[in-house]
Amino acid sequence: MAFDSHQKREFKQVGTRPPRPDGIDKVTGRALYGADVSAPGMLTARILRSPHPHAKIVAIDTSEAAALPGVKGIVTGADFALPDDEFFADIAVNVMARDKALYDGHAVAAVAAISPAVAAEALKRIKVTYEVLPHVTDVDAAMRADAPVVQPGRAVETVPAGMGANVTHFCEFGHGDVADGFAKADLVVERSFRTAATHQGYIEPHACLASMTADGKADLWCCTQGQFNVRTICATLLGIEASQLRVSASEIGGGFGGKTTVFIEPVALALSRKTGKPVKLVMTRDEVFKATGPTVSTSIDVKIGMTKDGRITAGEAVLRYSGGAYPCGTVDMGAQAAFAAYDLAAVRTTGWNALTNRPKEAAYRAPGAPQAIYAVESVVDELCLALKLDPLDVRIRNAARKGTKSSYGPTFDDIGLLATLEAAKAHPHYTAPLKPGQARGLSCGFWFNFGGNTCVSLNVNTDGTVGVTEGNPDIGGSRASISLMAAEELGIEYDKVRTIIADTSSLGYNDVTDGSRVTFSVGLATIKAARDAIGKMCGRAAKIWGIDEDAVEWRDGAAHPAGPNAGQFPPMTLAEIAAVSFQTGGPIAGHHEVNVDGAGVSFGVHLVDLEVDSETGATKVLRYTVFQDAGRAVHPDYVEGQMQGGAVQGIGWALNEEYIYGRDGRLQNAGFLDYRVPVASDLPPIDTVILEIPNPGHPYGVRGVGETPIVPPLAAISNAVSRAIGVRMQELPMSPPRILKTIRAARA
Amino acid sequence: MSISVSTTVNGDAVDFICNPEESLLDALRGRLGLTGSKEGCGTGDCGACSVTLNGRLVCSCLVLAVEAEGAEIGTVEGLASADRLHPLQQAFLDHAALQCGVCTPGILVAAKALLEKNPDPSDEDVRYWLAGNLCRCTGYDKIVRAVQSAAAQMRSA
Repeated sequence: MAFDSHQKREFKQVGTRPPRPDGIDKVTGRALYGADVSAPGMLTARILRSPHPHAKIVAIDTSEAAALPGVKGIVTGADFALPDDEFFADIAVNVMARDKALYDGHAVAAVAAISPAVAAEALKRIKVTYEVLPHVTDVDAAMRADAPVVQPGRAVETVPAGMGANVTHFCEFGHGDVADGFAKADLVVERSFRTAATHQGYIEPHACLASMTADGKADLWCCTQGQFNVRTICATLLGIEASQLRVSASEIGGGFGGKTTVFIEPVALALSRKTGKPVKLVMTRDEVFKATGPTVSTSIDVKIGMTKDGRITAGEAVLRYSGGAYPCGTVDMGAQAAFAAYDLAAVRTTGWNALTNRPKEAAYRAPGAPQAIYAVESVVDELCLALKLDPLDVRIRNAARKGTKSSYGPTFDDIGLLATLEAAKAHPHYTAPLKPGQARGLSCGFWFNFGGNTCVSLNVNTDGTVGVTEGNPDIGGSRASISLMAAEELGIEYDKVRTIIADTSSLGYNDVTDGSRVTFSVGLATIKAARDAIGKMCGRAAKIWGIDEDAVEWRDGAAHPAGPNAGQFPPMTLAEIAAVSFQTGGPIAGHHEVNVDGAGVSFGVHLVDLEVDSETGATKVLRYTVFQDAGRAVHPDYVEGQMQGGAVQGIGWALNEEYIYGRDGRLQNAGFLDYRVPVASDLPPIDTVILEIPNPGHPYGVRGVGETPIVPPLAAISNAVSRAIGVRMQELPMSPPRILKTIRAARA
Repeated sequence: MSISVSTTVNGDAVDFICNPEESLLDALRGRLGLTGSKEGCGTGDCGACSVTLNGRLVCSCLVLAVEAEGAEIGTVEGLASADRLHPLQQAFLDHAALQCGVCTPGILVAAKALLEKNPDPSDEDVRYWLAGNLCRCTGYDKIVRAVQSAAAQMRSA
């Protein structure tokens, strides 16, 4: 559905900042998250996990655990179907290991018991016989021909012959003659980078409550970014029909991509089926770190050529990603995103994925892009320094714009990169004086954004209020944004709309809350559903007035005769039409179902000032400003919130967060004490500047905003640290020991 | 073995029976149905379970349930009165200081404890006081603003 360019409307609701409808529940402790519900007669489940990074499971003896009083049921891999489809099969094997444990923390068995204490005791009595195998956790080591083989035979057809057995993916993007481009450059810089795997770090661990009866009817309550996806996967793994499984999404305590997944839900359902009782299963934080989705870990080479006056002549990147123990296509997105901010005559990116003995990668805000763009933006910064060029001017000079053939193929439509760069240049932050020892860094960021399958119902109540039923969990204020768009379109007050998140039996399919799609796609479907309802209300008014439906138009929340020829009737408001709806044909509702296209890409620019303590290697972020194109900011508070939250996650990634594996292949920091996410005292205020370059693919011009903000911080901070210490940093995170080592190596 | 505990939660006298190894958080959530306090880690690192114990801010996951005997516990459920939100709660709504909201109960309890000690904190005071409460959604910016707004309002009240 195209942008309403003909309307040139003045928005009355969109762009305001009303309180969110779920707010009071969330500040009073009343909101119900995954672990907050119980059922009569409920059992508690716990999962036994492999302590080995790679081991053959020779035997599992559950007899002693089963004999423990209070134990009601035990499941292992044998209790789940192994689907033919590889996508589902990988999830099934990840949910519960079969012949091999593939990483430290891989589930091997689960128990349901009358209490948490009995379940914990039962786990100790399950005897698993392992045959420990050699392991590999490093992506470069995993690509070698002599590396331990995590899973054989998993390469897709694009992988050339002769690669190591762990290599599963290969991709290539670009255009133009790269060699010719490098020949035209005055300076070519080539560097290698590494980034650690990080975790989404949502504060709420995965949790669910499952109830399944012997006839295959099941109810599941869980914290998820997509109840319909949970239904599809659980029904497949349990061999039941989708219609028999009703999944309700709880309030969600953070996801960031990491809850687009299924880990514990099929286990709880299988235990419920086996025991005939409701089963609650909640992960510990240790389990969340060990067995749920970190990002890929990466090793990246980037080569860029530039002329003396700052024109990029060619860019090349080779990306080696590991998405853990299962094939992972995230490198495709990194390879596409790497140079997206630039208008280049010659560009080539190639990407590889290799299996390692690490947990299965899950999406984390703009999956694959932060790492690739970090490497590219680091080299651009080094070129700017070497050629004594202003880093913003160079980016403005080379910026992708409308009509640019992007580095990954498509030609860009209206995009906001140039406006965003110019806003950064005009902002006082960019010219604020720095004190000795302080440095400034910047980076561009990009994300594709996504639309996808969306279904919305909108019911007009007889008292003149409206209910919107949508199918995507509210992860950061989306109920408010959806209500605003419904109110805007219908011409009624925001307070008259209530938006709820439906379970899987109450609405058609909706894709997971991902790709920054909800405000864009669900908003689009809500506007369309409102227009559907408006059409019906105009029809009712026409009937009352005895005129043609075509002779009625909707303005300011009321039906009006379309013109003088239509007749003289006083307008009928939504409330007036709704009040008599039972006499004019029955209830009034609007619907819209669509696979949404046209998600406009999103660009951002981040500026950071910081200082590095050369004695400790600690970095202090002093000032931070985020510039981003939101297309149209529906609820600016929550747009700013996405920009601030994403930036801080990126700051954590740049400075502290990493999965640390020991030589034994075990995760050494599976807790918030040792996996250190940013705390309030680490940070300055995060300032935001919202640009609004309308997305041609949405009636109000909305673009997704949630993912782009995590992309620029990695390079912005690395560039500032590199300028502060006078040495180019090439590895994330830039934890104090790593910075100290770099400073000392440079001095030596 | 089960132990009977008599305590006061948000001003109400309550009794519960618990196991000796049970945490105060488990007792609040499991025995008393007060699920406003959240478990994010169970190791005292995230602050989502913050409550007050005899006026002192604690992680309830690190307190044994039996230690509540004779004590006065304050949880997020005790912040609002029947018809009125606490100024901190209102400020969090007005300033959009929550996104997913799962850390919010702990942060509200912690911020209330701060303002009782220090009604006029600097931004740095707020940031260091809340350093034990992880929020992964907001980047803390709007939280600090909300706490300062509530503090100003409470000082003028």
